[in-house]
Amino acid sequence: MGMAAAESRFHVLAVDDNIIDRKLIERLLKTSSYQVTTVDSGSKALEFLGLNEDDRNNSVSPSISTNNHHQELEVNLIITDYCMPGMTGYDLLKKIKESSSLRNIPVVIMSSENDSSRISRCLEEGAEEFFLKPVRQSDLSRLKPHMMKAISKDQKQEKHEEDKDGDEEKEEEIKSQRHQQQQQQHHQQSSPRASGNSKRKAMEDNLSPERTRARYSDIAAMV
Amino acid sequence: MDVAQLKRQLFEYTTLLFHEGFLDEQFTQLQQLQDENNPDFVVEVVSLFFDDSERLLNELAKALDQQNTDFKKVDAHVHQLKGSSSSIGAQRVQRVCITFRNYCQDKNVEGCLKCLQQVKHEYSLVKNKLETLFTLEKQILAAGGSAPM
Repeated sequence: MGMAAAESRFHVLAVDDNIIDRKLIERLLKTSSYQVTTVDSGSKALEFLGLNEDDRNNSVSPSISTNNHHQELEVNLIITDYCMPGMTGYDLLKKIKESSSLRNIPVVIMSSENDSSRISRCLEEGAEEFFLKPVRQSDLSRLKPHMMKAISKDQKQEKHEEDKDGDEEKEEEIKSQRHQQQQQQHHQQSSPRASGNSKRKAMEDNLSPERTRARYSDIAAMV
Repeated sequence: MDVAQLKRQLFEYTTLLFHEGFLDEQFTQLQQLQDENNPDFVVEVVSLFFDDSERLLNELAKALDQQNTDFKKVDAHVHQLKGSSSSIGAQRVQRVCITFRNYCQDKNVEGCLKCLQQVKHEYSLVKNKLETLFTLEKQILAAGGSAPM
C-alpha cells in the first residue's frame, strides 16, 4: 500500500469553494482522526487525484492544503460541496465514476439545499451519502462504513488477481514439465513426474487449504 | 471580578445571544469542536467569517451599483454569505440572506438594495456581539481561568 500504510489512517479529500466550510469540514474530519486534504474546486480535486482536467490548470496553487506529502497518499473518500462555480459537486461525482482508476472511491455530497430531486440524482450517479449543511459531528459516523467497504473490496480484487497470476505461473511450469516427461524415455519418467506432482501439490496447498482440509476430514469420516 | 463571576457573565451573555436569535445551535457545534489541542478554533473560524463577509458585502455593493444589475452574480454572492453565516450559526444574517435571494430571483433591485442594508446591519451587530464574547473569554483566561466554554 505504500509508505502511508504505517499510519493506517483514512485519508479524506474535501472539496468546497467556501473557506469557512473548508475549515469546518477539515476540523470535523480531524476530530474523527482522518487525514485531510482540502481543495477549493472540482478541477483541483481531479488534479490532486491524478486526473488532469485540461492543460490550463498547470500550477499547484496554495488553495490546495494538506497535512502530508500528497503524491504518495491514496484517497479513501471524497466529500464535496454540491454548489460550486465551474464544476459542481455533481459534475465532479460523474467524472470520478467515469474514471476506471477513481470509480471505487466513495463520494459523499454536501449541500445547503434539501432538494429531493438533487439528492436522488446524486445517489443515482453513485454518491454514497448526501449530507445537509452545516455538517455535524454526528454525520461523520456515516463515513467509516463506506471507507471500510471500499478497502475490503480492493483487497479482494488484489487477492483474486494474485491468485490468478499464481495459478497461471504454476500451470506454465507443469505444462513444460509434462512436455519434458513425454520426450524422455520410459525408464526415466518417475523422477520428473515426482517433481511435477510435488509442484502440483504445492499449488493446491496455496490455492485452497480449506478444500484440502475438508478432503482429509471426508476421508477420515469415511474410515 | 473573579473567574467565577466572569464565567457567569459570559454564560449569561451567550444565553442572551441565543435567545435573541443572533446565534443558533451551529455556534454550539463549533464550540464543541474546540479543545486543548485546538484552543482557538472558534476565533479562527469566526475571523474567517468576518473577512469573507466584508469581502462579499463590498462585492454586493459594487454589483448592485451597476447600470444593468447582474442578478446571477448578486445571487452567487448572497448564496456564499448565506452559507458562511449558516456554518457559524449567525442566524439573523442567514435569515436576511434568504429574503435577499428571493429578491434576486424576482430581479427586484429595490428589494435587493433594502436587503443589502439589512444584511450589513445584522452583520455588524453579530460581529460586535461575537467580539464582546471573545473579549469576555480572554478576560477569563487572563484571570487564571481555564477553557472558557
